[in-house]
Amino acid sequence: MTTEHIRSAEPDLPAGGPARPSGLVLPRYRHDDPDTHPPMLFPDYGSTNLRAPKQPLALLPQRLTEVTGPLLGAGRPGDLDHDLTRQHAGEPQGQRIIVHGRVLDGNGRPIPHTLVEIWQPNAAGRYRHVNDNWPAPLDPNFTGVGRTLTDAEGHYRFVTIQPGAYPWRNHPNAWRPAHIHFSLFGQAFTQRLVTQMYFPGDPLFFQDPVFNSVRDPLARERLISRYDHSVTEPEWALGFEFDLVLRGREATPFEDGDDDD
Amino acid sequence: MTEHTDLTPTFGTGLAVGTSASPVGTAALAPTPSLGSTPAQTVGPYLHIGLLWPDGPEVVPEGTAGAFWIRGQVFDGAGAVVPDALVETWQADPDGRFDHPDDPRGAQSPAVPGFRGFGRSATDADGRYEIRTLKPGALPGADGETEAPHLNLSIFARGLLHRLVTRLYFPDEEAANAADPVLGAIDPTRRATLVARPAPDGLRFDIHLQGPDETVFFAV
Ligand SMILES: [Fe+2]
Repeated sequence: MTTEHIRSAEPDLPAGGPARPSGLVLPRYRHDDPDTHPPMLFPDYGSTNLRAPKQPLALLPQRLTEVTGPLLGAGRPGDLDHDLTRQHAGEPQGQRIIVHGRVLDGNGRPIPHTLVEIWQPNAAGRYRHVNDNWPAPLDPNFTGVGRTLTDAEGHYRFVTIQPGAYPWRNHPNAWRPAHIHFSLFGQAFTQRLVTQMYFPGDPLFFQDPVFNSVRDPLARERLISRYDHSVTEPEWALGFEFDLVLRGREATPFEDGDDDD
Repeated sequence: MTEHTDLTPTFGTGLAVGTSASPVGTAALAPTPSLGSTPAQTVGPYLHIGLLWPDGPEVVPEGTAGAFWIRGQVFDGAGAVVPDALVETWQADPDGRFDHPDDPRGAQSPAVPGFRGFGRSATDADGRYEIRTLKPGALPGADGETEAPHLNLSIFARGLLHRLVTRLYFPDEEAANAADPVLGAIDPTRRATLVARPAPDGLRFDIHLQGPDETVFFAV
């Protein structure tokens, strides 16, 4: 989402803010650069036309409800939720892959013990979903859903199957590049993110309006995982690394220490 | 919103990056962060396999005293229901507290057993979502003002490349709503889109993505 049409509801305060009467000091999360996120309206992606709001967004000041958020974790992922190849009696068809990485904030700090949810189609490009009926086979041994928590250093790791590309009806001969959907909470309402992870060198990028809705090419690159030979397991599975960066906090007076720039 | 109608079939190759538009409050923003954020992408039409939880709509467990339902429908710009959206809610507990380390009053476990603060509901074929919850307390603000009881909502769907954020306020809090600093900054003719309506077993709160009743959405 670009910020160019945001109407300010109140002026931004400098980091840390001035002394405040109630003494209620809250963290502040930086706004992302324009063009980091897609615009709400992107006509090449037809579904945005009737769903993107027409009115400008109002700026919601970051108050208590915005700087807190659900810390969901313990107990939600089951033992095998991180391994999508072991959720059925048999093994799913397809190329076994390991997808790992870190969840960080914009200051490079790991976000520990945070819930990561993923979903994806099978190796043939079909989702186990009642509305996905294109003529590709379902795999009785693949659901395509994973959950895990990051560890104390913000690491996560899934074992799954290389997802297939799939057709859709957005434009003539439209195909989505292979991708895995990711959902993250971070530590605050401001950090909530749903995104998609892509694979390096996908030949379908050029015609995909979802991928290309991100206007900044450097930001777009951040949606693409990296082949990671150090994680590839011999005679077992290919490794891919995908780090996710959620909005960082502005420095507080305490974190600034003596540095007053 | 910027339109990119000049795109050739090779999307994304022909446009200069970096626009002349500046983000609001540029002068006050911190220097460029060391790491750029991961861009958002749509949840797509198949979010249900990944994001639905059996207890998703339950901010509080069944049988919780005082619990009620927030129900509503999501509509698109043609007035059609949106049958593939996900609505999430986040709110304070009835005492106006958060069980979270960044609540400067201190993280406080809610007095209500099982209170999660968070709810998640997909819309059904009629575009309906539902959340069972308790009314949150009012919240102190940094400048001595008070925020009226409210829920923050995130809306995800096919066709939404980024989540939408809105707020739900309570119809029986007229005085508090009138003094609320967020509502007060909204165009008075549109404020009503953020106030739920009474319903037999709780509240009704419809979400209009476009149209004459377009809900006020926020950048947070
Ligand atoms: Fe998908």
